[in-house]
Formats: sequence, structure tokens, C-alpha cells
Amino acid sequence: MEFDFAAEQPKFLMLMYGLIAFVAVVGGLLLLLDVVPAWFSRRREERLVAAVASGAPLPRRRKPREGLIALFFLLPTLLFLVIGLVVPAIRTTLLSFMDKDSSHWVGLANYTWMFSEDSIVRVLINSLVWVLLVPLVASAFGLIYAVLVDKARFEAVAKSLIFLPMAISFVGAAIIWKFVYAYRGDGDQIGLLNQIVVSLGGEPKQWLLESPLNTLLLIVIMIWIQAGFAMVVLSAAIKAIPADIVEAARLDGVSPWQMFWQITMPSIRPALIVVVVTLSIATLKVFDIVRTATNGNYDTSVIANEMYNQAFRYGEPGQGSALAVFLFVLVIPIVIYQIRNLRQQREG
Amino acid sequence: MTTATPTVGAGVQATAKPSRAARVRKRLNSRTATLVSIALALLWTVPTFGLFISSFRPEDQIKTTGWWTFFSDPQFTLENYQEVLFSTGSSGQLASYFINSLAITIPSVLFPIAFASLAAYALAWINFKGRDWVYIAIFAMQIVPLQMALVPLLKFFSTGVTIAGIQVLPAWDLVDEQKFAQVWFAHTCFALPFAVYLLHNFISQLPGELMESARVDGATHPKIFRTIVLPLITPALAAIGIFQFLWVWNDLLVALIFAGGGDETAPLTVRLAELAGTRGNEWQRLTAGAFVSIVVPLIVFLSLQRFFVRGLLAGSVKG
Repeated sequence: MEFDFAAEQPKFLMLMYGLIAFVAVVGGLLLLLDVVPAWFSRRREERLVAAVASGAPLPRRRKPREGLIALFFLLPTLLFLVIGLVVPAIRTTLLSFMDKDSSHWVGLANYTWMFSEDSIVRVLINSLVWVLLVPLVASAFGLIYAVLVDKARFEAVAKSLIFLPMAISFVGAAIIWKFVYAYRGDGDQIGLLNQIVVSLGGEPKQWLLESPLNTLLLIVIMIWIQAGFAMVVLSAAIKAIPADIVEAARLDGVSPWQMFWQITMPSIRPALIVVVVTLSIATLKVFDIVRTATNGNYDTSVIANEMYNQAFRYGEPGQGSALAVFLFVLVIPIVIYQIRNLRQQREG
Repeated sequence: MTTATPTVGAGVQATAKPSRAARVRKRLNSRTATLVSIALALLWTVPTFGLFISSFRPEDQIKTTGWWTFFSDPQFTLENYQEVLFSTGSSGQLASYFINSLAITIPSVLFPIAFASLAAYALAWINFKGRDWVYIAIFAMQIVPLQMALVPLLKFFSTGVTIAGIQVLPAWDLVDEQKFAQVWFAHTCFALPFAVYLLHNFISQLPGELMESARVDGATHPKIFRTIVLPLITPALAAIGIFQFLWVWNDLLVALIFAGGGDETAPLTVRLAELAGTRGNEWQRLTAGAFVSIVVPLIVFLSLQRFFVRGLLAGSVKG
């Protein structure tokens, strides 16, 4: 065995440091919060006792400093968020108006580049296709499956099977599907898809090289992963429909079709919106699948992938940042829509 | 759910006896539904199953015949795993990356959960000025895509902070396995908004009398947090823990940028993506490698699915 376990020791040491830091930070914080107020209250008591003994007027009891304690509870979170998210997000916005050395202001040049460069326009169109298809198909499939399997005998197992891809990394999923799409020029096919095509009398193809079909095939991977999420949430919503409503409808003799459109759909509408919104946002940020399956070649790149390429491979932080900001801008209306919906729901 | 079924069924039968034809049709319908749903579940599993079977087939077999021939001509080997896990150099060495994945994941799960539960407690049960605004601000940060933070955060690690020409914070200057710290830091930042939000959902729903009476007894906030709140929110902690575990273990982007590509720090996902790019036709390695990366989250997921689903529903439906 060539694997050298001793060479791995520094990593475990580092992991141990990390764990020690964790215990020190969290434990230290709790201890600090425990000891300091206790010390203060003991001092106050002592002063109180001294005041009573000497007959002096009692010192006024100060309000417990809730704000200070809250600050300590919140400190790590706020610190990390400001350093890791707030400041960087502002800087990224600024960088998007600067050139590749981040030294000169270039106005909207990075944004006009985005919409004038053919390859980037292609990327934007691809992202649009992704964000239209994935939420739609995944939620539709999840919904149909949730209805089909509702109250079936093997429900739990069937749902687990659909849900399982959620645990698989996008990288793993991309490899799984690359294997399905695999192509061999001569002899037997090793990819399932080509084997099916051949057995139906067709010609095997290099699926991932053929634009625009390849983008659709990558979208299939995302749908495969996310349908389980849609199914679980929608299934829970379906089960939450009050049984007496369903029963009453059944007594009225509605057909399953009517039942679905007039009872099920209106009842699960809020959950459906949540699913579509969540999936849309996740799809906009998709990166791993494209990178693993095609590395963005053959006209398959999407915004997040292009952002990575520009900022970290081509040394164009300005253009990369512009893409990141554009991604953020695309997310905002989706979120506003969801917030408005939630508010309506609460008022209604 | 199973309890609801008999009551509804009985109610229908008792009140309105459906005609025989309708009953037959209904049974047929449900049988079709059953068949369709089984077929779909199988369809969903076939790709993973094919990969799994392939990972145990000899190299020349994988490369020349489809995995379905395994059933007519079964040949079994563990060599792929042996090679991809332990052989050094370009062919795999995944064992090393597996350890990296572990070293990245464990602290990246612990830190945000601890910080978020502290923050969620303060936001739910300590009265202070501007509490709602802080909560709304943290909540709103969920929508910032992490792509917005990558370039400046990397700069923060590599060059430190300079304000008006004065070095305020030095560069981290981390080498080799020390780079884990960067990845922990980044994952912690990106996880916090959602973790705070989810835990706040749970913690704020704890009964207020519990806190009140503890306060009356003279318990301080840290004490209430430790002795009352923490034990009560264990299911929520488990849920968010699984989320974060799956997210970190399966993440590619953050690791790619903050851990680099070397075998000192890069996790499995980075290595696999690289193998898929440079050795796209070495299926004996890719299949075994993919399965190595899948197996841990799969175990976690299957054994703790209950918590996961509960967390998912709490996070997405309550909104």
C-alpha cells in the first residue's frame, strides 16, 4: 500500500486546533457571560450590605444590562457576517465598476461588456433556460409524484428513492449522469442513454457536445436532484389539507381531476410558491454541475460558472464581480415576490 | 398519515356506498398510480445504481461493455476502490482527500451552529433596543448569493485589510493544511444567516413561562441558554447540523476558491471534479471515486432523514 498515513498527521493536528478553537471560543464566551454578571451582582450585594451596616442611603439598584449581554451573544455572528458577507458584498459591487486591476473606475463598462459579448449573452440565455425549466419541471414532477404516491402502501420507500439524490453532491450527480451520457465510437455502448438509442435503432451521439441539447441534459441532472425536495415539501402540504374538506368533496362526488384542481391545488398554493422560489434561487446559483460535466464548454456555461472563470481563472475581477452583482439583482425580485406572498398569506 | 387513511376510507364506505363499477375503476386507478410511481422511483434510482454496479467491475469491463451486462456476466473486483483510494499521484489518492473533507466539514458544521444558536437566543429572548432590526438584517442576508463575497473575501485572507494605506489587519498567510482555517471561516459566514433564521424559528416558539420562571429564580441568560434552551432545541440543532453537513461536504465552489487544489487541503468534491475533467474516460476511477464521496452523506442522510425532513419543512414552509 503506497498510501502514507503519517503524511496525513498535520491535517489531524489542524483539525484538532480547530476543535480547540471552537471549545475555547464558545466555552470562553459562555463562561465570560456567566462569570462577569455574577461578579457584578456579588459586588452590588456587598455594597448593599455595607450600606445597610453603615446606615448610609441604599445605592440605587441599576437596571440589569440586557443590551450588553445580548451584544455578547450576538458578537460572533455579527462579526462573521460583517467580515464575511456585508463588507465583501459592498466591495464586490464597487469592484464591478472597476477595471481588471481594481485600480481605475470604468463606469458601466463591465456591464455593457456583459450584454455585448456574444459568449456572455449566450451564458445569460443558458441561465434563463435553466431558471425557467428547473423550477417548473421539478415542482411539477414533485407534485405529481406526491399525489400519486399519497397513501400508497410503499409510500415511505418510494419517497426515499426520489429524495435520495438530495444527499448526493452536485459533483457526484454530474459524474453519475456523465456516465449515463457516455459515448463510445465503436463496439458496445457503456452509457445507458446511447444504449437505449442504439437498441431503438438510432445512432449513438456525443450528447454533451451537442448544443443546445447539452444544456437540456445538464438541466435534467438538476431536476433529478431537486425533484425530491419539491416532492417532500408538497407531500407534507397535501397531508396537511384537513381531512373533512377532502371527505366533503368526495361525498359531493367530485372526480379525482376536479379534486386535484379545486381542493388540492388551492390548499397547497403557498407551499408550491415556496418550492418554486427556493428552486429558482438555487438554480440561478448552479455551478458545480456545469463545471464538472462540461466545464462550461460547448455553449453550456451559466452565470455562476462564468463568474468563477472571469474572477479566478482569467484574472478579470471587474467582469466577474459584474456577473455576481447581476446574479444578486436577479434574485431580488424573486425574494420580493415571496415576501409579498407571505404577507398576503398572513393577512388573509 | 397512516392513521388518517382508515378514517377517511371508512367514512366514505359508511355514508355513500360507491357503485361496483366505480369501485373497480378506483382500484384500477390506484393500481395504475402505484405502477407509475414504482416505475418513476426505479427510473430515479437507475443512474446511481449503474454507477454503483460499475464501481465493482474490472477496468476493461467497464470500458468496453455497459454495466447492465454485469447481470449476464458478473465479474466482481475491489481493485477500483483500492486504486482510487490509496494509490498516490494522479490516479486518485482519494483517502487523503477524504480526510481533507472530514477536516473541512467538522468545524464548518460546529462553528456556525454554535454561533447561530447563541444569536438566535439573544434575538428571541433578550430584550434590547433594535432587536427586530438586527433580526431583519440577518434574515435579509440570506438572499445575498455567496458569489458576491468570494473575490473580496479571498483578498481579505491573502492581503489583509488596509484602510487609507494603513495595514489594519495583516494577511493570514496560510500554507498547506492551515488553509483549512480559511475554508472554515468562509463556510461559517455563508451558513450563519440561514442557521440563525431556522434556529430563531424554533427558539422563539419555546414557551415564554419557562424563561420567565427561570428569570424569577435568578437564572442568568447564559444559564437559561445552557440548561433550558439547548436541551429543548436538540432536534432543531440536529436538523441544521445535517443541512450544514450535506452542504459543506458536497460543496465545490467555496472549497475550490479557499482550499486550493492540492492534496493538503482540497476536499473530495474538488478532486473528483478535477478527475472528471482531466480523466473523463477513466470510468473505473470515476465510478469508485464518486461512490466514495457519496457514501458518507448517504449514511448521514438515511439515518437522520427524519430530522432532515423536519428541518426542511420548518425552514421552507413556515417561511
